[in-house]
Amino acid sequence: MARFSLRSLGLAAAAPVGAVIIAAAISSIVLMITGHSPVDAAIGMWSGLGKTRIQISAINNAGAYYLAAVAVAIGFKMNLLNIGVEGQYTLAAMIAAAFAGARWLGDVPGVLRVVLTFLVAILVGAAWAGIAVVLKVTRGVSEVISTIMLNSIAGALIAYLMVPGRMAILDGNLKHTVDIPNDGLVGAISISGSTTPLYTLTLVAVVVGIAYALLLNRTVFGFSLRATGLNPAAAIASGIGAKKMAITAMLISGGVAGLVGMAELLNGGAHHYSQEFPTGYGIMGIAIALLGRNSPIGMALAALLWSFLGGVSNSLQSKHIPKELVTIMQGLIVLCVVIAYEVVRRYKIRLEQREVARALSDSPGSDLAEAGVTA
Amino acid sequence: MTDLQEAPAVVPASATKRFTLGTRGWILISLASFLFISLIRVTTDAENLTSVGAVQSALKAAVPIALAGLAGLWSERAGVVNIGLEGMMILGSFGCGEVGQYHGAWGGVITGMICGALGGLVLALATVTFGVDHIVAGVALTIVAQGLTLFLANLWMGGQKGKSVPDVQRITINGFAPWLHHVQEKGWFFVSDLAGTVGGFVTQFSVLSLLTIIFIIASGWILWRTRFGLRLRSTGEAPYAAESLGVSVYWYKYVAVTISGAIAGLGGAFLVVGLNYQDQQTGGRGYIGLASLIFGNWRPAGMALGSVLFGYTDGVRLYDPTGEAMHAFVLLVSIALAVYAALQFRLAHRAVALVSAVIAALGLLWFAMTDTIPEQFVGAAPYVITLLVMGLASQHLRPPKADGHPYRKGSH
Repeated sequence: MARFSLRSLGLAAAAPVGAVIIAAAISSIVLMITGHSPVDAAIGMWSGLGKTRIQISAINNAGAYYLAAVAVAIGFKMNLLNIGVEGQYTLAAMIAAAFAGARWLGDVPGVLRVVLTFLVAILVGAAWAGIAVVLKVTRGVSEVISTIMLNSIAGALIAYLMVPGRMAILDGNLKHTVDIPNDGLVGAISISGSTTPLYTLTLVAVVVGIAYALLLNRTVFGFSLRATGLNPAAAIASGIGAKKMAITAMLISGGVAGLVGMAELLNGGAHHYSQEFPTGYGIMGIAIALLGRNSPIGMALAALLWSFLGGVSNSLQSKHIPKELVTIMQGLIVLCVVIAYEVVRRYKIRLEQREVARALSDSPGSDLAEAGVTA
Repeated sequence: MTDLQEAPAVVPASATKRFTLGTRGWILISLASFLFISLIRVTTDAENLTSVGAVQSALKAAVPIALAGLAGLWSERAGVVNIGLEGMMILGSFGCGEVGQYHGAWGGVITGMICGALGGLVLALATVTFGVDHIVAGVALTIVAQGLTLFLANLWMGGQKGKSVPDVQRITINGFAPWLHHVQEKGWFFVSDLAGTVGGFVTQFSVLSLLTIIFIIASGWILWRTRFGLRLRSTGEAPYAAESLGVSVYWYKYVAVTISGAIAGLGGAFLVVGLNYQDQQTGGRGYIGLASLIFGNWRPAGMALGSVLFGYTDGVRLYDPTGEAMHAFVLLVSIALAVYAALQFRLAHRAVALVSAVIAALGLLWFAMTDTIPEQFVGAAPYVITLLVMGLASQHLRPPKADGHPYRKGSH
């Protein structure tokens, strides 16, 4: 038994590790075809790893990636693919920024202000995800299509609101929301040797990760969520309300998505939302959730891998290799990891079949059973 | 094999007949919308709604969307959801830009199609051979395509703008086109609108646009009128039934997704021909193409109408700086919704009727309270309309039955 679990552990690790290796191999081939040395690229990336500034911003980014991945993973557990994390977090960050900078909030004490800002972000994220899930449960609209549409609509809505006089002001050439006053921000830890401070709100990602693990494994809701995801028919038969589950899961997913931009907003140096606010975490969140197999720890490792890969991309430039090599690698990792999981899954099934066949052939009178298994 | 055409499992005709609009229905809808647009033009000051220039620019915007939608049609009819359309278009635009600047427009177009087809092959490998989730594979493909094109563009051009790709041949019918232009400027109801629209098609009409129209008609014919098409669609409706009848499901899916990639690549190439290659030239048109496919209920005529609608909202923007025409568009959508609400009420679908009526009323109110609509919302029109169509008419939509389901030979 122990031997078997060791092997299953090996199989579980084989897929992501194999995917990263294959992605690196294909990237090396791309490099060689274009006349670069993969060793040079590796050295360039390795030298980037040692820089404090890159380490700090990678950790900051990992928090945002992780939150996006958790948001996606909650949907995945319910067989919902929330492609809309991108729209949910950008819209949430924008409106939360406008809220936190609002003058009428002037007398509210700082702590309460931060809490309210978080609340606004969660509510906006959940509301935007809510549109998709309401369409899903009442009209059967695929959440994949509706969230893609909602991402673009969120972009248009942000562009509309970011006009001076609506929710933005014009500062030179840059349109941005009113600066959040200092007591509405959260302090970041400045590190010597790094221009970027360490975001304290990365802790939010840690808390959300723990909450996600507890929710899945220690609550009735988490049990129902996993049950519905694994076998919807059985779950419905045992009295789990599928619609209610879908709505709750999607609202939580959107709420978590709303948190993605908060560290950047309240810890970052800009103090406002503008067109320069980082985007793309939502799409990458899907990749990280896949790579980490929706597991709280797996996704944390994947988020760190992702953010460090992104962080060292600039170091490639010193070797005259375009930094987009990292984007190719990231895309390849996603593609390879889903293929690798499928291959491992098929291999496991075959392994089990063989195991059962062997067990049956050892017992007498097993001709029939063996024929049935190997067919 | 020949009796496959009569296989009842593949085409449940009785079930769909009541709901699906035929090509004739789509033509009627287009005609009604056209009449309405000319009515709007006469009653408002938006004289440019159907001018030759506006129609040309709408056409230019509609063609890549239609190609993306057509690409989606091919792959989804074979049961493979193609979210990777955007990635294949990116590959197509890059290939066309790189080769077209040295080897002429057609060299670029063909390279673009080959690059798109390669993207299609990768998607087919992931979804058909390895049976992974179609959406995830499509998203990954788009990320890889973005990274790869940026990487190579950076490497080969060093972030510089490439030389521009020569334009393809353009058709202007001498004598006829200026006359139409003249009639259009008279401002007569319907006649001038018709003249303006036809004028848009016969003035500087790109050969690639012509090719697109031929491709759409040919695709409809191949997919619905030939044995090959029936078998291809059977793999998207009931792959295991097709398998039991001896259809090589893997082969048909591979062919469909590769053709899909080539068409999407052509869509990317269309954007580059006559211009420079730039990053993010596709600008999400792959997704709008997907939206037009859904809007058109996974059928070529409906998809074409959807892309014309979306292309029109996009292309007419230049000719409508004040947003007046788009403002009138709100009225069009509201009235369409009100009619739909009445129809649904008669069919005793109370809830849908109520929701449609409320949205229609809000739209009318918006129309009445304002004079223009904000420019930021014009670009979002395709997405909002798609959401409305899916939300209100989802019972009429019928995607291929096995669309998006991984298929594994002999596992049923």
